[in-house]
Amino acid sequence: MSRAGKIARRSFLIGSAAIAGGVAFGVVMYNRPHRNPLLDTMAKDEAALTPYVLITPQGTTLITPRADLGQGAYHLQAALIAEELDVSLDQVTVDPGPPSPAYYNTALSGDAVPFAATDDSWMAETTRAVMDAPMKFMGIQITGGSTTVPDAWDKLRHAGAVARETLKAAAAAQTGHKARDLRTEEGAVILPDGTRLPYTDMVDAVAQTDPVTDVTLRDPSQWRLIGHDMQRLDMVAKSTGTQEYGIDVTLDGLLHAAVRTNPRQGGGMRSFDAAKAETMRGVHKVVALPGGVGVLADNTWRAMQAVNAIQIEWDEADLYPAEMADHWAILSDSFNDAARDSRFRDDGDVEAALTSTDIVQAEYRAPYLAHAPLEPVNATVLVNDARVDVWTGTQIPRFVQNNVANITGHDAQDVHVHAQMIGGSFGHRLEDTVVRHAAKLALAVKGTPVKLTLSREEDMMHDYPRQIAMAQGRGAVADGQVKALDLGIAMPSVLTSQLGRQGLPAAGPDLQIVAGAWDQPFAIPDYRVTGYRAQGLAPVSSWRSVGASTNGFFHDGLLDELIHAAGADPLQERLRLCNHASSRKVLEAVGEMANWGSPLSEGQGRGVAYSLSFGVPCAEVVDVTDTPDGIRIDKVFVAAEVGRVVDPVNFENQVQGGVIWGLGHAILSEITYAQGRAEQDNFDSFPFLRLYQCPEISVRGLENSDSVRGVGEPPVPPAAPALANAIFAATGQRLREMPFHKHIDFV
Amino acid sequence: MELTVDNVTHSLDVEPDMPLLWVLRDELGLTGVKYGCGIAQCGACTVQIDGVAVRSCQTLAGDVWGPVTTIHGLGTPDALHAVQAAWVEHQVAQCGYCQSGQIVQAAAFLAQTPDPSDDQIDDALSGNLCRCGTYPRLRAAVKSAAANLREASQ
Repeated sequence: MSRAGKIARRSFLIGSAAIAGGVAFGVVMYNRPHRNPLLDTMAKDEAALTPYVLITPQGTTLITPRADLGQGAYHLQAALIAEELDVSLDQVTVDPGPPSPAYYNTALSGDAVPFAATDDSWMAETTRAVMDAPMKFMGIQITGGSTTVPDAWDKLRHAGAVARETLKAAAAAQTGHKARDLRTEEGAVILPDGTRLPYTDMVDAVAQTDPVTDVTLRDPSQWRLIGHDMQRLDMVAKSTGTQEYGIDVTLDGLLHAAVRTNPRQGGGMRSFDAAKAETMRGVHKVVALPGGVGVLADNTWRAMQAVNAIQIEWDEADLYPAEMADHWAILSDSFNDAARDSRFRDDGDVEAALTSTDIVQAEYRAPYLAHAPLEPVNATVLVNDARVDVWTGTQIPRFVQNNVANITGHDAQDVHVHAQMIGGSFGHRLEDTVVRHAAKLALAVKGTPVKLTLSREEDMMHDYPRQIAMAQGRGAVADGQVKALDLGIAMPSVLTSQLGRQGLPAAGPDLQIVAGAWDQPFAIPDYRVTGYRAQGLAPVSSWRSVGASTNGFFHDGLLDELIHAAGADPLQERLRLCNHASSRKVLEAVGEMANWGSPLSEGQGRGVAYSLSFGVPCAEVVDVTDTPDGIRIDKVFVAAEVGRVVDPVNFENQVQGGVIWGLGHAILSEITYAQGRAEQDNFDSFPFLRLYQCPEISVRGLENSDSVRGVGEPPVPPAAPALANAIFAATGQRLREMPFHKHIDFV
Repeated sequence: MELTVDNVTHSLDVEPDMPLLWVLRDELGLTGVKYGCGIAQCGACTVQIDGVAVRSCQTLAGDVWGPVTTIHGLGTPDALHAVQAAWVEHQVAQCGYCQSGQIVQAAAFLAQTPDPSDDQIDDALSGNLCRCGTYPRLRAAVKSAAANLREASQ
């Protein structure tokens, strides 16, 4: 089936709008009150437009609204537009949006439509979420990078195509040629005689042309960009120190800020004595915050020195147990009916199948983990009477806008969020505590911009970490086959914790408690997955691949134990059980890549794991060697089904990064609490994979599916079990608790 | 005090115990030098002093013993250093935040070790942390830069 078919009717329409000095193409949302309550106040036939392409005489701008965390989102979004618009990426400007003030507030000419980013409005989304579609909303907000490509795939190509065809129509009207005799190339309409009409010269003509919305997307055979190796737009800047991140924001009169807040999450502050700090060089002001204190100074280091010189008496905190043993006790006590959250998978009769004494039983554990992107979180805020400006890297700009407005007392529309390039997130930038602190500090010095940079210690200790989790598994085998698998998983609800910090309720079961486990495509005759919601644990947040980051390890680890108990081949038995065609192809591909079944040397072991997450089947094979210095990871092979690989280079980079993320944390990392404080506050106590530990990683993207998927997260869940399964193959030691270094040495 | 950074000499009024990192970032505006950990564990702040790669977060301004070279002084978008060119060619960066430090470290290493073995590359760059996991491409870029530098010096 061709994926390029004509799009006649969609849930979105692409239109155009003349604005002062230019023309914009984007998604038009007509007044549909039942779909979008925020648009209720709009008159009939009015429309709001979210721009993706902006053409002015000065140049062409592609708007790339999804945040770039390092996954190449700006580049991929721009490429999808450019593919249809016929511009090269080096002749356009890419603006992250949300729409910049330069045209956000521009009055529109004539009877043109109002111009606001309303199609994904915060209020509309959250209202829909609370009312009837919480998972849809959270899917958009939480999965972050993995939804960028699927979300943009049709919409941005369509935006580019509408712009191109409208430009041709305008050129046709201007020159008397027929539009079908015109073509486009490198940012210009080409007349039959070869004359080039640059898009930037056609603004006035386009403004008087009805948008051509009945467009045909290009056949894949015509693609210049998609599917071809591309040069990512940010590579030169990121290789020369000229890429500006949020932490690099510089403004006239800028004050640098540091904060210290109660090291026990959620705890308050009884009192503080800043007498010494206030006399320290460069200190401008000391400001009390909820649960802590901030210092404004003329230099980040001076602010950090001063804030550390403040004597603080902290309040007690009781959000969660002070010691780890009690965290684990809560989890192990949660496997009961009262705490049961879901049982979406219940095939056959598990209880009957597991009555014999000859069953496999295992308990699995996974720790809290910090996000710890290398750029410590930061935000710059300038509060004035009429408006507030916020410069920060965020995945939730609408929430930031509203939360800052509540703090400063402005209307949300007067809070302008300027999206910054993000130095890694892994889910961290789905939280906005740092922006709220910065807003409070900036409110204390109205008219002066304040940049708050968290110290690494402050950032890590107050991270809302990856969920801690425990699984209890049982299973049965017979005749060399896996016959029954029963997996119970207990963890805190990430959804409830995360939404709670935004003041939103989360009704119903939390799919993330069982994600990566209940939804695996295996035809095991007696097969059950039950989620248990553990209460009273530390606040947690979405961490690259969320629930599947723990559950992939639990589910595939238990499956591997059963396969070995059955005496079956790990790859062949997974293939036999798998009832999903494109997942089978992924398993077959990774087996071929790894030359599965080929002989191994003394001390070597090979493990396979499979996980379906975020709609992407992903299988990994890990080869290890048991050396006198410990386990060495030799090679990793990865196959993932994504429908379309937009940019093979970026794809490989993302997949390799996901594997390293999965392996590094599985081996080395954990956050533990003692006396209520995170015991890890920097990269000495929270180590991660280093270059010398990094294996060769071979990647293959499969394109058998019709649905186009993102690959930021799916390579993470299978990495830990593939490694554990390889170590079992090499040593006979079964690893059921992360981090693995607690149980076995690594090189 | 006087500091020579990227071939420019600055007269600065800063505390001698201010880490070089914050002098570079907040006093001189050289924001390509990154703050990551403050305890010499991540390498994002790496600069060269007299050609030696150091962690500027743990080097006090008063202890700087020679001219400082940052990522900005190594090369620019219009005049890339060979290591930077290799980074662009191999598209190493993801978030890019650690890459200034990686590149400055690699440039210092290759100046001393023009024909490195794989193990030497691993040893030289294992002090620089990358959370995105760009290690495979980074390895390839170092090898490519080494080859290009050797060719250029012949």
